[in-house]
Amino acid sequence: MASRKTSHRIRENGDKYSVLLPTYNERENLPLIVWLLVKYFGESGHNYEVIIIDDGSPDGTLEVAEQLQRIYGQDRILLRPRAKKLGLGTAYIHGVKHATGNFIFIMDADLSHHPKFIPEFIQKQKEGNYDLVSGTRYRGNGGVYGWDLRRKLISRGANFLTQVLLRPNASDLTGSFRLYKKEVLENLVERCVSKGYVFQMEMIVRARQLNYSVGEVPISFVDRVYGESKLGGNEILSFVKGLLVLFATT
Amino acid sequence: MTKLLQWLLGVSLLVAVWALVTWDLLDLSLPDTYRDVAWPMPLYLLVSFGCYSLATVGYRVATFNDCEDAALELQQQIKEAKDDLKRKGLKM
Repeated sequence: MASRKTSHRIRENGDKYSVLLPTYNERENLPLIVWLLVKYFGESGHNYEVIIIDDGSPDGTLEVAEQLQRIYGQDRILLRPRAKKLGLGTAYIHGVKHATGNFIFIMDADLSHHPKFIPEFIQKQKEGNYDLVSGTRYRGNGGVYGWDLRRKLISRGANFLTQVLLRPNASDLTGSFRLYKKEVLENLVERCVSKGYVFQMEMIVRARQLNYSVGEVPISFVDRVYGESKLGGNEILSFVKGLLVLFATT
Repeated sequence: MTKLLQWLLGVSLLVAVWALVTWDLLDLSLPDTYRDVAWPMPLYLLVSFGCYSLATVGYRVATFNDCEDAALELQQQIKEAKDDLKRKGLKM
């Protein structure tokens, strides 16, 4: 109820934040993440919209999204579904095309990224007029929940190796909770070709290559509450392959 | 310049200096102690870098924050959200 009680203070500047939520089988999580977004944007008073890009989930995610649109209004919740699963990069391109904000948030819809950090992202961006602000699990109060020793070791090891090889000026390369200036996201996403974990890494490595400024905000990452999160041999192999490609090409 | 090229450049510079000193390629008639120090240097560097890497990764794994509070807070908010959404007419 907090979201309703808070009066909607209108900020004087004209900044608007578009949150892109690519979804695939997230009918459990989607209402919760949207509720949290409405709560925290309502409290901070920033102008916003949520763009849900559902890739034809068979579990009825889109139907839930339509209900949310009826509850929160068509100016807050925008639905831009696609017929089938087409990958993250194209989902962002698709979403940005319909975004009316001058800033874009990208985050996961599975509740591992908490909207409570959004005001900190916005404040950090304004502090240094950064081109992009990246959430980091590896600095300050940042951290993870639900990871065992093996997962932590792989994560830290992969991160160290990447830092040594690519020197990217950012501590969390595979994280996907970020705030971009709209034109920066458009420019970056056009150049990025990788998939999966590597996509987020490529985005930030290309940002360094193009001399974009990067700010960082420590975030807690709560591994997915509903559904499964996997890190198997295939993921590791494709990560290493992607890392080497970036090593040789950037 | 790509990172790969930067690395190749750096490594070949090091190898060149190492070869110069170890085999005295420029006939500088360096004292033997120089050669004795230079000769096993690549191995020392590799081992030190390996130790540094292991220590860094180990330390970072050991000090990786476990966000118990964040998980608890989220669980409570999920309950709150579900109740509120039900009141607003959402059928899950």
